[in-house]
Amino acid sequence: MLLSEATNPGGAFSLVPWIVFFPAIGLLLNLAVGKRMGEKFIGTVASLAAGLAFAVSAALFFALQANHGEAVAVPFLDWIRIGEFNAGWHFRVDTLSVTMMLVVSGIGTLIHIYAAGYMHYDVRYKEDPAAYNRFFIYLNLFIAMMMILVSGDNYLMLFVGWEGVGLCSFLLIGFWYNRSPDGTPGTGNSYAAKKAFIANRVGDFGFLMAVFTTFWVTRSLQFDEVFHAVESGEVPVWAVWAITLFMLLGVTGKSAQIPLYVWLPDAMAGPTPVSALIHAATMVTAGVYLIARSAPIFSSIEAVHNVVAWVGAGTALFAASIAVGQYDIKKVLAYSTVSQLGFMVAAVGMGAYAAGMFHLVMHAFFKALLFLGSGSVILAVERGHHPIGEDAEHAKHADHGHDDHGHAFDPQDMRNMGGLRTRIPWTFWTYMMGALALAGIPPWSGFFSKDEILTDALHFNVSLYVVLTLAAFLTAFYMGRQVWLVFFGAPRSHGAEAAKESPPTILAPLVVLAGLSMFGGFLNFPVLHQFGHWLEYTLGHLYHATDFLWEVALGSTAFALAAIYVSWLVYGQKPRRTVKEKDPLEKAIPGLFAGMNAKWWVDEIYEDLIIRPYQKLAAFLADVVDWRFWHDWFHDRVLRDGFFGITRFLAQPVDLGVIDGIANGLARLAQGSAAALSVLQTGFVRNYALWVFVGVVSILGFLIFR
Amino acid sequence: MDFILEPLNLVTFFPLAGVLLLLFIRKDGPARWISLVTSLITFGIALWVLALFDPGQAGLQLEVNHHWFSFSGWEIRYALGIDGLSILLVLLTAFLTPISILSTWHAVEDRVRDFQLFFLLLEVGMTGVFLAQDLFLFYVFWEFTLVPMYFLIGIWGGEKRMYAAIKFFLYTMAGSILMLLAILWLGIDGGSFYVPQLIEQGGIPADIQVWLFLAFAAAFAIKVPMWPLHSWLPDAHVQAPTAGSVILAGVLLKMGTYGFLRFNIPLFPQAAVQLAPLMATLAVIGILYGAAVSFSQTDVKKLVAYSSISHLGFVVLGLFALNEQGIAGAILQMVNHGISTGALFLIVGFIYERRHTRELDQFGGLWKIMPVYAVITLIVSLSSMGLPGLNGFVGEFTILLGAWGAANGPLGSYLYAALAALGVILAAIYMLFMFQKMFLGPLTNKKNENLLDLSRREILIMVPLLVFIFWIGLYPKPFFGLMAASVEQLVALVGGLP
Repeated sequence: MLLSEATNPGGAFSLVPWIVFFPAIGLLLNLAVGKRMGEKFIGTVASLAAGLAFAVSAALFFALQANHGEAVAVPFLDWIRIGEFNAGWHFRVDTLSVTMMLVVSGIGTLIHIYAAGYMHYDVRYKEDPAAYNRFFIYLNLFIAMMMILVSGDNYLMLFVGWEGVGLCSFLLIGFWYNRSPDGTPGTGNSYAAKKAFIANRVGDFGFLMAVFTTFWVTRSLQFDEVFHAVESGEVPVWAVWAITLFMLLGVTGKSAQIPLYVWLPDAMAGPTPVSALIHAATMVTAGVYLIARSAPIFSSIEAVHNVVAWVGAGTALFAASIAVGQYDIKKVLAYSTVSQLGFMVAAVGMGAYAAGMFHLVMHAFFKALLFLGSGSVILAVERGHHPIGEDAEHAKHADHGHDDHGHAFDPQDMRNMGGLRTRIPWTFWTYMMGALALAGIPPWSGFFSKDEILTDALHFNVSLYVVLTLAAFLTAFYMGRQVWLVFFGAPRSHGAEAAKESPPTILAPLVVLAGLSMFGGFLNFPVLHQFGHWLEYTLGHLYHATDFLWEVALGSTAFALAAIYVSWLVYGQKPRRTVKEKDPLEKAIPGLFAGMNAKWWVDEIYEDLIIRPYQKLAAFLADVVDWRFWHDWFHDRVLRDGFFGITRFLAQPVDLGVIDGIANGLARLAQGSAAALSVLQTGFVRNYALWVFVGVVSILGFLIFR
Repeated sequence: MDFILEPLNLVTFFPLAGVLLLLFIRKDGPARWISLVTSLITFGIALWVLALFDPGQAGLQLEVNHHWFSFSGWEIRYALGIDGLSILLVLLTAFLTPISILSTWHAVEDRVRDFQLFFLLLEVGMTGVFLAQDLFLFYVFWEFTLVPMYFLIGIWGGEKRMYAAIKFFLYTMAGSILMLLAILWLGIDGGSFYVPQLIEQGGIPADIQVWLFLAFAAAFAIKVPMWPLHSWLPDAHVQAPTAGSVILAGVLLKMGTYGFLRFNIPLFPQAAVQLAPLMATLAVIGILYGAAVSFSQTDVKKLVAYSSISHLGFVVLGLFALNEQGIAGAILQMVNHGISTGALFLIVGFIYERRHTRELDQFGGLWKIMPVYAVITLIVSLSSMGLPGLNGFVGEFTILLGAWGAANGPLGSYLYAALAALGVILAAIYMLFMFQKMFLGPLTNKKNENLLDLSRREILIMVPLLVFIFWIGLYPKPFFGLMAASVEQLVALVGGLP
């Protein structure tokens, strides 16, 4: 190992760099030989790489327990060191980072396995089987970057992972780079990818500013040193405000909060396993992790809590309202993710770090499940609609070639579904587990974590509690709407009619995640708070156990059940019959529904207020200012023509035969080219020589007469 | 003989051996090989210099210092020396030259011998600029680089090559004349043109320092080029042949930033502190302006050319932060920009050789048919926009960190670093725009359907650049290590000033 003896903490801890190396090896292996070895090999290598990272994370978990939760720093390599600035490739193993490692590699491994099955079909529907390898290279790269993010011991290493996962997100959103989100050839996906990268870059700008401020007020970026400086009160109040608000900007980018959330729904252009892993379970929670990680800074000023918590709560409610008005099965889940991230940010914002982290983990379970489940639904409908490969041989409707009507059919549109409950029972039942968890029905996992957040909110600020409860109500409602539309009623398309259950590689991860979504909540059972106490080792005095309030628990359960009942009244009782008919809400509350369906026109507002003006400004600067004014007019007209005018005037009377002679002589010497020669003879060198001459004369004059 | 075998003499003038050989060669093939081998040996010599170099020492090393000639009592010395401020640039020059030569294999078919001859001459001039320690000698090398570059653009360039070549020549000349005046003033006033001696003597009154600073700055700012003196750059880049653009962006522009570092700051420290806000202001305007204008280009090469203005703004900002982070970051960023932008121009060259157009709307969906090209372009673009883990980030980050720290020093405001950091967002916008227009989306243009992916030679050209993109990004310690002592000394020189 590369670790030096002096800093080697020994035991399993020294294994920590392997959480990055294993996925890196996996991707390199596939890069080198994947193409030749075929899909089985690729999928196995990639899944194994993620699985080994999980094994290391588990080993770290046990080592940490044996170490009584005491944090361990594992320096690996120097990185940037100039003067007093020093940030290294240093890993940190503590209860917070290990929690994240377990989630990332655990869910990551399951999704690798799922993707091994899912992408087999996807690459064939997109008619590009070679893309299979590329997908798993990206996916392993993502795990490596995410591990860097959660295991770094300083803000700069965290930032490497932070932007690194952003890159993977860009690559994977644009995975089908020559198509649009509906699967037809186009540029839609590439725009979505670019949008994600740029929105995140805006957030990263905030992160960088926070890092600069942090370093110059604490002279370090290492977590403990920074926190120590903040807690000792050396850091001025303005600097804490600056650090936290800049960091919050970073969080709104990565964790899709107001105002930068707009990239996440579009990110659903990526293949479904990507949506599950990156855009629901892990990457987007990085912002929540960042705040929890920086707890001592965020908790050092009370007023900061308000700002962060309201950003989170506002996002939770706003995004939930949009989710109600969507038809795309993944878009509903996407806005739901934005909304749930809002819950987490609100929680860590209030200072309820353990509750926020708890919801992060639970959400990783059930939202990964829901996305993977939606992928299974989409695949089932697509396979029903337009069978390929072995499906086609069994299909009765062999005449359904995709060219007839294939591209007009959107297998993600819930209006095209219906009645899938009986056709894909495994997918249905696992999906139900996720939906109940997300809706917050006890004893499913989401109930426990959301309940903690609501309880803390009630203690923190009643209006915040009300906003979050409203968001929770909408959550249960849009999930109810989705379940009725997708799984109940009668099939509304041929694809739904002939939907096919997915293969075991796809279903197995669903079953595991369904189990976690059902029972995960017991990880932090009220009163016991095992999970909380585990994090307490890291959070120290900033940890508090959330008390269990019957009125909050019963209230939120009642709200959730009521929401589901309302959704049944609207969507379940009289199921939608045709693809075309209006949504019942559209008839009942047309104005409101239009807003929710149009995502409150935020994209359009950004387009008009920011994107277009920047394009116009750039075009103006480029064409008018830089080119026509500065290049063509000032330089070519004023300067050049003026210069030639003056030199011609000077050259006539002062035309020294000597200079001409030298110039021509030089020209002959250098005569490689007739073109060059002709230029030399137009007087260019002569003018130059003249100017040098004038310069030298004036200098000499100055020296003699001064 | 001993004189010739001095490492610094050898690294500077060895390309002349190739030039001499080339004079007797008529055929294209051998001319290319002679040029390539010469530049590779020169690179080997540069590595030898590196081996002899002691990073722990702040001052000049491996010095060659002889009386050259006297002119009415003023002594001109032939003085070469290397230190932490210049060693990376010497290495960069020796590194990029063979890469550029290799890129001309099929791109330059016309009068190959002459092309290679000028290219090697150019290398002599550039290395000389980075090593000269006598102002007069420096000026000679500085002006000397103009001549081969002038011909490279003027003969092998695009349609408007003469216009571009003359413009390039004249603009540099215009600035140089002011510098020449300042050099003469310094030599006459200080009794020497030998730079270390002038630095040691110091004692130039503050108000005169400002004038001298500005005179030097005129030459360097045009060369960099700093906003608003950049008007020659898009012309020169668009018209220059690929190899010329690579060297122009990769090395020649650094002569300007290097000039600030080597002369303006240590010779006129008070003026440097006093004028730092001015320089930083121009730098920040350049960063934002270059990025915005770059975004609006339709010609890929022009897009990359304007991005240089933005990137070099970062370098100047770092230099005039006048602290260790800023200056070290700036030096590293010079190298980074040489590698990344050099690579970008090569990338533009590859597609131009295939399609004879550089218009963005001619492309789209190239990933499908040129995956290797696409991935390499992606990595280089990411390096250029400062993705952590790649080289550009290390430079930009340390520069911005330095500039932020300088808010309590010479710059006096956080605004410089904050606005410059906005450039990081804008960089993502124009680089991704370029990448998307070229590689993503469906392949719509029939003319692109049969394009070949990169050849082995082309991949061979890119691999060394990619190695450094990752190496500097992941483990920049050896690079910072080379410059640390010299940077510390330089900062100490300006450190105590008001």
